[in-house]
Amino acid sequence: MTTFALVLGALLAVACVVFVSRPFLREPALAADADRLHEPDAAERRRLSLAEERDRALAALKELEFDHRTGTVSDEDYRVLVGPLRRQAAEALRALDG
Amino acid sequence: MPELGRAALVLCLGLSLYATVAGALAARERRRRLAVSAQNALIAAFGAAAVAAAVLLTALARHDFSFTYVADHTSRKLPTLYTLAAFWGGQEGSLLLWLLVLLGYSTAAVYFNRIAAREVIAWVVPTLGLVASFFALLLVAVASPFQTQAAPGDGLGLNPSLQNPYMVIHPPMLYLGYVGLTVPFAFAMGALLSGRTDERWIVATRRWTLAAWTFLGIGQLLGAHWAYVEVGWGGYYAWDPVENAALMPWLAATAFLHSVMVQEKKGMMKVWNMLLVVLAFCLSLFGTFLTRSGIINSIHSFTESSIGPWFLGFICLVTAASLLLVYYRLPLLRAKTKLESVVSREATFLYNNLLLVALCLTILWGVTYPLLTQAVRGEAVTVGRPYYDFFLRVFGLPLLLLMGIGPLIAWRRASWSSIRRVLAVPAVVAIATGAVLIVFGAGSSLPGLFAYSFAAFVLASIAVEFVRGTAARQAVAGGGYVPALVELVARNRRRYGGYVVHAAIVFLAIGIAGSSAYQSTYETGTKALQPGDTVKIAGYTYVYRRLVSRPNVGNHSELRACFDVFRGSTSLGQQCPGQNFYFREQQTSSEMSIASSWLTGEDRDMILGGVTKSGGVFVKILVKPLINLIWLAGFVFVAGCVITLWPDAREERRLAERYGEAGAMARA
Repeated sequence: MTTFALVLGALLAVACVVFVSRPFLREPALAADADRLHEPDAAERRRLSLAEERDRALAALKELEFDHRTGTVSDEDYRVLVGPLRRQAAEALRALDG
Repeated sequence: MPELGRAALVLCLGLSLYATVAGALAARERRRRLAVSAQNALIAAFGAAAVAAAVLLTALARHDFSFTYVADHTSRKLPTLYTLAAFWGGQEGSLLLWLLVLLGYSTAAVYFNRIAAREVIAWVVPTLGLVASFFALLLVAVASPFQTQAAPGDGLGLNPSLQNPYMVIHPPMLYLGYVGLTVPFAFAMGALLSGRTDERWIVATRRWTLAAWTFLGIGQLLGAHWAYVEVGWGGYYAWDPVENAALMPWLAATAFLHSVMVQEKKGMMKVWNMLLVVLAFCLSLFGTFLTRSGIINSIHSFTESSIGPWFLGFICLVTAASLLLVYYRLPLLRAKTKLESVVSREATFLYNNLLLVALCLTILWGVTYPLLTQAVRGEAVTVGRPYYDFFLRVFGLPLLLLMGIGPLIAWRRASWSSIRRVLAVPAVVAIATGAVLIVFGAGSSLPGLFAYSFAAFVLASIAVEFVRGTAARQAVAGGGYVPALVELVARNRRRYGGYVVHAAIVFLAIGIAGSSAYQSTYETGTKALQPGDTVKIAGYTYVYRRLVSRPNVGNHSELRACFDVFRGSTSLGQQCPGQNFYFREQQTSSEMSIASSWLTGEDRDMILGGVTKSGGVFVKILVKPLINLIWLAGFVFVAGCVITLWPDAREERRLAERYGEAGAMARA
């Protein structure tokens, strides 16, 4: 029984080692550039930040419209809040297009 | 085959260490193949842990008492279900379950986010690997479930209070909750280490956090019901350190689930959210430490063990390293926007966070106080129920009220006239409820009265939200109100699922207030009840009839004291509280008799305290109004969580577009 268990253990270990080594076995020789993890550059980071801002502003606008329709937000509050949110969304959209 | 189990654990440790070291190296030097290799190591470690778990389960199923763990926690006469559930009945098995669940979560989280959050994942893998390495090391070096011995004829059996169907489901649920909090922690650390502190880590972990929080909530309710039906003292929560240990991370995670919405909507509270994630994870480790170290006297501490210093060291390491990392990345975590008004949705979330964290830290202080006094004065001083009840009222009642106010206040700012208008209906309902309750005599408990009035306020505000939302949806889309309601919830799952969860918390609060503040109690004095004696309590009459003994019921004997119960002249049947004696374990367990009324939510509990030689009995009778709302709250809670967790294809498309588009546009 012990021998059988040890054989099973060894097989398990070999399978794990093969699985862990797989990325190197599949692509044994790679240029340094091809082996690089994707690194977002400054432009991509800025794009992402703008996309988040745009989505935040659009979601806030959508929620404000909904809360206004349900009566949670009064007409007076709606008028105060909607302008800045529209501006914010428009700025983010302009910056993304630019 | 203990050798296979041991080999699998050693392999699991090696793979976890490799995932930690190789993963960190790959993330630091941006090496792609090494990063994938580290991910594979984490997945392979899950396979190895699964093999170890299979070996232990097989040994339990075969009653292989050459495994010390099997002999210590089971016996031949133990029913099969409990024999298998003994997997998590002892310390070593529990740790193995922790490791298995952790690696299962890790595999799934890494697999599902390997593309969408690829920059963060590189650092998530070594973080998860580090936590897995710690647990694997404990299992290999300190608390192995695969220690062997010369097999005895029979095992020692399982603690009788663990021989309950809840044993099968409660610990795994709690562990799914505890361990699940590792995922948001690892992603938070991944975001900090990679410098990607945008919303991606939050988007990646939102569902994981909610799922872990759901499991932790369900696990606690199951544990409360288990304590109620099995421990036999008539209560469901005793502020026991181990119960508190599960409550604390749940409170921290609750705070996080609210404050993370502020970060998503306004880009604020980034530092706070990081700290909450660290707090929730460290508290989940602390909870495991409390349960398993035996350092604190608790009805849950079934073992004394040597793993305490290891856990304490790891908790200190994780806390210090996480806080240093947050401090180091502070410049990246500064909010671009500020709180516009103290009267806004985000402000109520902030207040709710402060109250939740204050409650959490108060409980933490209560739990650690005996340890500190033991260390300083050499004598452990414990804080009792009054301490916890006081702070539950101080922080819990305002929290309950905020739950009703928050959803009715707009984001950013709200004018006083608007607030007065939206709060009018719930306020009238709350005041009317309070007045009616006073008329019916519920003014005997002021906290209870406030709890009920606030509960009415919250339920009314939830109803207002559903009614107004449905009407608005119907006005836009046309059709009937029912399709409009379905569409409303489907389009706003997080919002309306959240309201359903709030309703569950209200039911819980009503149940707790009713069963504690308005409970009636009878306890036999010095003279035992004899057959024919009667007891009157809360409008019920109990007539003691006889003792019934069953000497051999499987692995135990039973003794029951039977009472006929009447309401006026109407018979309500018989209640027979008793005691079981477990032969192998040589232990007695109290078997409470519970009669539930699902119509009124009331329970009539009977506990057998003792028996005289002449057949007289000492009993305790408890009448608990509305207690069943606590268990009903569990079902409502699950329903709300399912609604919130249900995938939203529209949102997923939007997020995929956002992250795909950002990368594509920058590369163009």
